[in-house]
Amino acid sequence: MRQALHAEWTKLRTTPGPGWLLVAAIALTVALSAMVVAAVHYPFAGPDQVLDLTKLSLTGIQLGQALVAILAVLVISNEYHTGMIRTTLTAIPRRPTVLAAKAAIVSGVVLAAGAIAALGCLLVGRLIPPGHGFTTAHGYSALSLTDGPTLRAVAGSALYLALIALLSLGAATAVRDSATAIGVVLGLLYLFPILTQAVTNPHWQRHLQQLAPMTAGLAIQATTNPSNLPISPWAGLGVLAAWATAALLAGGLLLHLRDA
Amino acid sequence: MTAGTITPDRSGLEAGRDGFAQLLRAEWTKFRTVRGWVIGTAVAALVTVLIGPLTASGSHCSANGQTCHPSVPVGPDGEAVTDSFYFVHQPLAGNGSITVRVTSLTGLLPTPPAGRSAPVGTRPGLVPWAKAGIIIKDGTRQGSAYAAVLVTGGHGVRMQYDYTHDKAGLAGGVSAASPRWLRLTRSGDTLTGEESADGTHWTTVGTAHLAGLPATVQAGLFAASPGYSQITQQHFGGETGTGGPTQATAAFDQVSLQGTWPSGAWRAEAVGASGAGDSSLDGFKQTGGTFAVSGSGDIAPEVVGSAGAGPGQPIERTLAGAFAGLIAVIVAATMFITAEYRRGLIRTTLAASPRRGRVLVAKAIVIGSVAFVAGLAAAAVALPLDTRILRANGNLLLPVGSLTELRVIVGTAALLAVAAVLALAVGAVLRRSAAAVTAGIVAIVLPYILATAYVLPTGLSQWLLRLTPAAAFAIQQSIPQYPQVSNDYTPVFGYYPLAPWAGFAVLCAYATLALGLAVVRLRRRDA
Repeated sequence: MRQALHAEWTKLRTTPGPGWLLVAAIALTVALSAMVVAAVHYPFAGPDQVLDLTKLSLTGIQLGQALVAILAVLVISNEYHTGMIRTTLTAIPRRPTVLAAKAAIVSGVVLAAGAIAALGCLLVGRLIPPGHGFTTAHGYSALSLTDGPTLRAVAGSALYLALIALLSLGAATAVRDSATAIGVVLGLLYLFPILTQAVTNPHWQRHLQQLAPMTAGLAIQATTNPSNLPISPWAGLGVLAAWATAALLAGGLLLHLRDA
Repeated sequence: MTAGTITPDRSGLEAGRDGFAQLLRAEWTKFRTVRGWVIGTAVAALVTVLIGPLTASGSHCSANGQTCHPSVPVGPDGEAVTDSFYFVHQPLAGNGSITVRVTSLTGLLPTPPAGRSAPVGTRPGLVPWAKAGIIIKDGTRQGSAYAAVLVTGGHGVRMQYDYTHDKAGLAGGVSAASPRWLRLTRSGDTLTGEESADGTHWTTVGTAHLAGLPATVQAGLFAASPGYSQITQQHFGGETGTGGPTQATAAFDQVSLQGTWPSGAWRAEAVGASGAGDSSLDGFKQTGGTFAVSGSGDIAPEVVGSAGAGPGQPIERTLAGAFAGLIAVIVAATMFITAEYRRGLIRTTLAASPRRGRVLVAKAIVIGSVAFVAGLAAAAVALPLDTRILRANGNLLLPVGSLTELRVIVGTAALLAVAAVLALAVGAVLRRSAAAVTAGIVAIVLPYILATAYVLPTGLSQWLLRLTPAAAFAIQQSIPQYPQVSNDYTPVFGYYPLAPWAGFAVLCAYATLALGLAVVRLRRRDA
C-alpha cells in the first residue's frame, strides 16, 4: 500500500495538470468569494433578513468544487486515455489498492488546497464587509476562527471539497471517459438545487435538499438560522460522504470486474 | 520546349466536391455515426421530458387548512388575471360615456402583526395601487374585457384596460381640495379615458381598442385594493409571509351619464368576492348625488410571488428538466470537437477541408441544429404533459397566451442550441474534454443556481443574470414584470432583470465570441 501511495503521489506530482488545477481552484474560489463579498453593502435586499456572512464569504467553494472535480476525474480518466492504467495495474495487480491509493492521495491534496482556499475566503470575508457597513453597530461581528460555527464552516468547506474529489474519482472510475464523468458529477451537484425549486410540495422539497450532495454538504457553511436548515451541518456532510462512498464502491466494483 | 506542348497529368477520377454543403454532410455523418453522441443527445431530450413529471408528481397542493383552487380567471389574451373588485354598475347600450368627480380615496390596511400570526385589526392607509374610478366592462364575468380610468393610492390617475395595459395620467393624490374628474367614453370598440382637474379642461389619458365588445356593456363605479403583503423568501423556496387584505373607499359625485342607459338604476355587486379579502366591509352608499364605494381585490394580471393570490406557479417550472438536458447537450457538443483531438481525427478533417474556419462553422451548425431539434421535441412534449400532470394534482399553473407559451418552448430549444455552440467553441479552444465541459456547465448553470437558490442579495443576483450566460434563461420567463402590480420581482421568484430575448442575446454574444476565438486559435495553432 505504501508503494502504491508513493506511486500515485509521484504521478500526481510530476504531471503538470494537477498542480495548476489546485492553484486555479484556490485562486478562483477566493476570487469569486471576494467579488461576491465586495458587491454586498449593508442595507441589502435578499432572501434572508440576516445575511450569513460566513456562508457568503465561502461562495467561491461552489466554483472551486468544479475544478476539484476536474482534478479528481483526470486522476483516473487520463490513465484510461493514455493507456497508463494497464501499466499501473500490471505493477499493482490488486485493484482496490490502486483505487484506495488514488483516493487517499487525491483527497489529501484537495483537503490541503481546500483548507488554503477556505482560509483565503475567510480572510476576504473578514477584511471587506466591515468597510461595507457590516459592523457591530448593525449586528455583524468580524469573522473569526475562534467562533465555533465559523470554524466549522471553514473546516467543513475543506472537507466538503475533499469529499467532492472522492465522489468525482469514484464516478470517473465507473464511467472512465472524462467528459462524461465530469458531466455526471456536475449534473449530480448542480441539478438537485434546481429540481428542488421546481417541486412545490414543501415535504418533497425538504427531502430533496437532504438527499442532494451539494445542498446537504454545503449545510456545513451555514452559521445563522440553524432552524431553517433542511439538515444539520455535520449530518449534511455525512450525506455527501455517503454519496462519495457509494461512488467509490461502484467505481471499485467496476474496476474489479472490467478489463482495463 | 514551349509551354504549349506540356500536357499536365490529370487523374481520371472526378475531383471531389469541396462545397460547404459537403462539409456539413461530413460533420453530420460524423455526428450520427458516433454512438455516444447520439445517445448523449437522446439522453438530453429524454431527461428533459422525464424529470418534469417526476417533480410534477411530487408537487401536490398541500391542503392543510388551505383550499386548493386550481383555477384562475383568464383574461382576453389568455393570461391569468386577478379580477375581484366592488362594482356599482348599470347596463350601457351602444355608445355613451360616464363622467364622475372623485373627491377622496381612503382605505384600511391590516395592522402590523405581532410575530407571524395573521393581522387582526385595521388601520387607516392606502396601498400604492389601491384603485377606484369608472369602468366599462364586458359583463361581470371574471376575466372579461374592460377599460377603466381610475385614481390610485400612490400612482396618480391611470387608464388601464384588459389587465396588462396601464397608462399614466396626472400625478398626485386625490382630496376634496384637489379632486379629479374622470370620463370614459365608448365609441364602437374604442374607449377613451379622459381626466380633468376642474371639470372643464379635459386631457386624454389613453385610448383602448377592445375588439369584440358587445353592444350592451356594464358600466359604472368601482373600487379595489390589492392585498398588503410583506413576504420574506427563505433560502430554497420556503417563505414566511405577513400581510392581509386591504380596502379602499372612494367618494364620487357629479356623476353624469351620456347615451342609452336602459335600466336607470345602479346595481352593486362584489365581483369575484371569493378572493382573499374581508368583503363584508365592501359596499356602496348613495346619499343624494354622492356615492361612496368600498372594495378590495384587484383588477390586474396575476403574478408569481408575494402579491400572487395563491400558490400560483409559472409554466416554465415544468421545464426544470431542461437543465439536465442542457448538461447532456454540453457534454455531447464538447466531445464533438475534443474527441477529434483525442483520436487524431482532426488532422484527417483538416486535411480533407483545409479551410479551418469553415470546418468549425460546419460543426457549429450541425451540433446547434441537432440540439435545437432535440430540445424542441423535448420541450414541446414536457411543457403540455407536465402542465396537465400538475393541474391534475391540484396545482395552480398560471396560464399564459399561446404566443408566450410558444416562445417558452422555442426559446428553450434555442437556448440548448446556442449553449451547444458555446460548448463546442470552448472545446475547440481548450481541446480538453474535462476542462471544456466544466467551463461550459459552470458558465451557464452555476450563475443560475447562485442567483436563484442561494443567499446572494437580490441586486447581486440580478447582475449575475445580466452579465453571465445564465441571462439566457430569461427566455423561459412566462409572466412579465408588471409595474402596475406591487410584487417582489426577484430572481428567486423567476423574474429576470433582462427581457426574454435580450437575455437570450447575452448567451448568443458569448457563443459568437467563443466561436470567433476558436476559429482564430484553430487557424494559428497546429492541430
